[in-house]
Amino acid sequence: MKFKDHHIISTRNFSREMIDHILAAAEKMETIANGEQRSDLLAGKVLAVLFFEPSTRTRMSFETAMLRLGGDVLNLGSVDASSISKGETLADTIRVVDGYADAIVLRHPREGAAQLASEFSRVPVLNAGDGAGHHPTQTLLDLYTIKRESHLDGLKIALAGDLKYGRTVHSLCYALSLYGAQITLISPNELRMPEEIISDIIARGAKIIEVDSIDDAINDVDVLYMTRIQKERFPDAAEYQKVANKLKITMETLKDVKHELKIMHPLPRVNEIDTKVDDTPHACYFKQAFYGVPVRMALLGLVLGAIE
Amino acid sequence: MSDIDTELRVRRIENGTVIDHITAGKALNVLKILGLPDSSQGVVSILLNSKGKYGQKDVVKIENRELKVEEVDKIALIAPNATINIIRNFNVTRKNKVHIPSFVEGVVECINPNCISNSNEPITSKFKVNTEDTNLKLRCFYCGRVISENIAEHLL
Repeated sequence: MKFKDHHIISTRNFSREMIDHILAAAEKMETIANGEQRSDLLAGKVLAVLFFEPSTRTRMSFETAMLRLGGDVLNLGSVDASSISKGETLADTIRVVDGYADAIVLRHPREGAAQLASEFSRVPVLNAGDGAGHHPTQTLLDLYTIKRESHLDGLKIALAGDLKYGRTVHSLCYALSLYGAQITLISPNELRMPEEIISDIIARGAKIIEVDSIDDAINDVDVLYMTRIQKERFPDAAEYQKVANKLKITMETLKDVKHELKIMHPLPRVNEIDTKVDDTPHACYFKQAFYGVPVRMALLGLVLGAIE
Repeated sequence: MSDIDTELRVRRIENGTVIDHITAGKALNVLKILGLPDSSQGVVSILLNSKGKYGQKDVVKIENRELKVEEVDKIALIAPNATINIIRNFNVTRKNKVHIPSFVEGVVECINPNCISNSNEPITSKFKVNTEDTNLKLRCFYCGRVISENIAEHLL
């Protein structure tokens, strides 16, 4: 399977074979990602990191992925100090930067920005989030986490929180449908997953169950994927608090769960997972953040043609 | 007598194109999509709410310009039953139905205000056209947002 010179814009149209190929490549990167082994796989290659929006983990894990493979990183720095503040278009920025680097990582506040960048760039573009659009490396690292910490075949997973606006959970559901997962959706009525997405993922092979409380689902699943509910989605603080309390994981919530249950979260969390849960074998969100490194290493290696 | 011959309230054209069977009330939108009359040297005439075999319809006549079917296909988004008649020496020499294209560029604007195609970037809007359901759907090539109703309201 050839990924060389491919842009990574969205996983929406990825086949199961493509995803499996990337996850297998990531597994081989793990000892390099954790510093056990040194690599110069991408020595002499330069990655341009263009973040038009703040981000900590995505930017840092892309940078460390490149550095761990012996490559170099070129950072856009602050948008205020760059030509963008003078009104330069993204298309122009891309046409300039592709002359400085071998691949471009882009995060941009507008949906479709990565697609646009791919049309103007002569080097591969990796989408690190375009507004409320896609965030393919997050989806891939979520799948990798499930594969490493649980299993993708015959998976029973529950997704909890904001399932209406959360692009992370939408993309994850599309990908999990390729594996025929049983997906339980847990959300307050006002943050339900859009009907159109539910029917799409059922058509692609997933089984969907909808419930409105974590207790109704948690004892039966292999993975619980929590997301943050944003206060701004609610008309008043009391309404938010009511919903937030209902979708909270505490030690009490975990008393009858499967021994092998894993809890994931794309982070940052606010208070949806009690910090006491961090010390249980169920907590897997920090490992999930680490898994972003081997997955991004694999993608960089693949699109730059250093591995196949 | 053909439909074209009966449309004498607006004079017959000697040479050019007649777009017939346009959904009633959509002729002005058809002109907008085709960039008419700016893109034509000759006279462009329109009939609104003309009586046809299947109820009311609009008709557009463009003198001295033969439009290609592919050129006109994009009007199928708002007038899926339209026909294109090429007229030479007052006779219909070729008649084609429009086909709904699978992809349209620069015709409709995305309804998502935060879509990159609605910024000052040097790109034109692009949509994949989905005709699987009875309802025509346009999916933005950039942000994925779907337009499923009132397409005419979003013409560029």
